[in-house]
Amino acid sequence: MLCQSCNERTATIHLTEISEGMRMESHLCEVCAQKQGLAIKSQIPLNELLSTLLAAQSEPHSSEAAPEAAADTSCPACGMTLKKFIQKSQLGCPHDYEAFGEPLQGVIQKAQNGHLRHCGKVPSKTPVDARDQIQLMNLRQQLEEAVRNEDYEKAAKLRDKMENLQ
Amino acid sequence: MRASDLSHHVSKWFDGSGPGADIVISSRIRLARNLAGYEFLPCLTTRRQAEVMEKLTKALLSLELGEAVFFIDVDASSALEQDVLVERHLISRQHARSKGPRGAVIAPSESFTAMINEEDHLRIQVFKTGLQLRECWQQIDRIDSCIEEKVDYAFDPGYGYLTACPTNVGTGIRVSVMVHLPALKMTGQIDKFFNAARDSDLMVRGLFGEGTEAVGDFFQVSNQVTLGVSEEQIVDEFVDLIVPKITQYEAMAREVLLNQQSDAVDDKIQRALGVLRSARLISSQEALFLLSHVRLGINLGRVDGISIDAVNELFMLTQPAHLQMNSGGALDADHRDAMRAKMIRSKLCVN
Ligand SMILES: [Zn+2]
Ligand SMILES: [Zn+2]
Repeated sequence: MLCQSCNERTATIHLTEISEGMRMESHLCEVCAQKQGLAIKSQIPLNELLSTLLAAQSEPHSSEAAPEAAADTSCPACGMTLKKFIQKSQLGCPHDYEAFGEPLQGVIQKAQNGHLRHCGKVPSKTPVDARDQIQLMNLRQQLEEAVRNEDYEKAAKLRDKMENLQ
Repeated sequence: MRASDLSHHVSKWFDGSGPGADIVISSRIRLARNLAGYEFLPCLTTRRQAEVMEKLTKALLSLELGEAVFFIDVDASSALEQDVLVERHLISRQHARSKGPRGAVIAPSESFTAMINEEDHLRIQVFKTGLQLRECWQQIDRIDSCIEEKVDYAFDPGYGYLTACPTNVGTGIRVSVMVHLPALKMTGQIDKFFNAARDSDLMVRGLFGEGTEAVGDFFQVSNQVTLGVSEEQIVDEFVDLIVPKITQYEAMAREVLLNQQSDAVDDKIQRALGVLRSARLISSQEALFLLSHVRLGINLGRVDGISIDAVNELFMLTQPAHLQMNSGGALDADHRDAMRAKMIRSKLCVN
């Protein structure tokens, strides 16, 4: 069935509305339904992001072996490969974050608005020294951001927090 | 406690009693965690998946929450029981339909729920009615720390909490508000809301129904970025910037409806009531659509004699799985539509 609004795309959203006392069935495509607030833009699936990224990385080499080689990286702990990760968009084990190195870093940066370092809660079990170290690093990052945004009130608060930790 | 013990009443987070709940129905925070020393679910054997479940269930059941939590074996539950939990947002559809040992630990008030072996080993959630994100964070932070005393989470000093999907890595936090925006929709300004959400890197989903449909003008707004920002920063942004903006847009649209289009809006509300009070067959979608208008009517003070509680209850209890659970078993679509219409009539008709 074609979308009754644009008559171009396939209708995937079917709704019954009551308007002016008339029962109306609407059959809309996702694009037109979105315009009317009836449907919501789907996220860019992570695997799409992943494959474009890997493709971009292998471009300069132009040989067909390059993407294969990249996709063959596997985690020694669980056996997950980059290729399988791209299909499932889920990692195999905590070690994959290290095993998949730079290609994964690129994906994370894209998905996480450019960020690459955790800044937030640290498990209370972490030895006190290590925890303070992590928190200091996080606070320093936030302080730099506050100064960059000329938010000096916030910067002062962050500096006090850092002094308490040192 | 079982799914059938919950299905007769409206969830606390949907009861409309919280601050600002005419627009912001409820607040929710979810944390994703995994156990150190275990593979993520795609690589976890069934035997080890059972081990993860045992460890986490034990830790969760010993939590001191002020009420005794209970365990549901999701794998052993019937499809109908699973669907009731999904409709109440206690577990996800993915969790209901996946395979292997998996469970849920739920507080009877439904303010806390934990999914074991969903996409991550553990996903805990705290719900509160109205805009109470800071309270949600305080509570879930405390619960998370209590669990962490009993198990070892996979944590990396650089990447933070490690998750199966890198879109959750870092804090593993998903901060959400459920909002009702019927006036923005009626005045054709819902784009304003979508654009604001997009500009702030937010994710929008429909609250009811499956997939990308947003039936009944209910939306769920969540953060997408979980790495490089602290939990407090994300919560602050919601409380100080995002929610006030959404609320202001909707409140302005309601003003416009009342001041400039009161006949049109009264007409919509009364026609919705007319159909709801007289229909003999009504689909879930049509019911959501019309109940949304009635809810707006009550919040605008244009409807007498119907309480907001009654309408909130109908939103929840007329969902397909609730309807079937409460009538004692599986029903085909026609019988569901008849049953739904009857329930709505008895709730909304004044005799
Ligand atoms: Zn269309
Ligand atoms: Zn691995």
